[in-house]
Amino acid sequence: MSQGLTPSQTIGPFYWGTIVKAYRADLAPPGVTGERIEVVLILHDGNSAIVPDGLFEIWQANSHGRYNHPDDRRNLPLDVGFDGFGRASTDTKGSAHFSTVKPGRVPWPEGGMQAPHINISVFARGLLNRLATRVYFDGDPANGEDPVLKSIDQARRATLLAKRDGQGVWRLPIHLGGAQETVFFDC
Amino acid sequence: MTQDTYRRPAAGQHPLNLSPEYKSTPGRSPRQPAVVLPQSLSEITGPLLTTERLDALENDLTKQRSGEPLGERIVVHGRVLDEDGKPIPQAMVEIWQCNAAGRYHHPGDQHDAPLDPNFYGGGRYRADENGRYEFITIKPGAYPWKNHHNAWRPAHIHFSLFGPAFATRLITQMYFPDDPLLAYDPIYNSVPAGTRRRLQASFDMETTRPEWALAYKFDIVLRGRNATPME
Repeated sequence: MSQGLTPSQTIGPFYWGTIVKAYRADLAPPGVTGERIEVVLILHDGNSAIVPDGLFEIWQANSHGRYNHPDDRRNLPLDVGFDGFGRASTDTKGSAHFSTVKPGRVPWPEGGMQAPHINISVFARGLLNRLATRVYFDGDPANGEDPVLKSIDQARRATLLAKRDGQGVWRLPIHLGGAQETVFFDC
Repeated sequence: MTQDTYRRPAAGQHPLNLSPEYKSTPGRSPRQPAVVLPQSLSEITGPLLTTERLDALENDLTKQRSGEPLGERIVVHGRVLDEDGKPIPQAMVEIWQCNAAGRYHHPGDQHDAPLDPNFYGGGRYRADENGRYEFITIKPGAYPWKNHHNAWRPAHIHFSLFGPAFATRLITQMYFPDDPLLAYDPIYNSVPAGTRRRLQASFDMETTRPEWALAYKFDIVLRGRNATPME
């Protein structure tokens, strides 16, 4: 029986009553293995103004490169207490902060491995669909062989590369439009 | 090893990001086409929120405060399905809405309508093994939103769904059947004409509770899997 897909609508400005109840900006409680990092995402509109009413969600593998999901059937360790999901709204500076661990590498369907990356969903008033993008880590030696990064025009690749900003802190501005528009994915 | 992937929506299912009648979209919508990404483990896995603990009353928005909220009590229920009509068991369903007067319990909402101390407006529910969910709430009011002269949002309830994968994530809004404000609403009408009616719940006499509440049914359909290739 074929069913018609439910269309997307904007999250609007007044979402936090419920869904930020499941606020998860700290993904990695003590005991989770891996390199501790803080990821700071800063949301800008097409005119470079900050967006203070947006919501980011992140989804990532653990430090072993394993997703906590039944369709990741590889024999790699799962970490107790690490789901790999985070959610945080932007603050008055347009920023959302996540404390997590650097993800390990995960395979590419056509062979080889992807560079460490975090999958990002962006929601905001004025966005009628979820936007999907990725955060990579600038300077990671695996970036040069990552099939997704390699597929993107050199001029726009930097929009996916978080820059190190002090000890363990990685920052990436996300631009919804304008000259520095982030690469978004149809996944 | 074969790997299940999720079907990509055909054109005309979802709104265009740039829908100028909705005035917030021009400044917030990408102009470059989205880069088509082959689905890897990153896209076919996703948060299932299985460890999220839900209180028994999280799906009854009329019982979250000390007293009963004002407004017309309603049951909103349905199923979370994929495009093949298969239920998505244990799907997390999150909703939020304004109160019966059209005001959100949110500091950013400055609409001159009363807050209801007995209505918070947020609920969560984990669907059962058949994808069924149910909320008890009050019918939300319409409210003005300054998008254009005399702009009013039709009554709606926001829905957030994860489904089984990063690829199936969906946030949407449920509307009430034949609301006269739908014809004037740029957000509802951002959805192509052929599919926008899917956002209208149907009045469900069978599920009404006599002497207590009316009922609406709203099924949610998330992306289905591609057929698994023969091995």
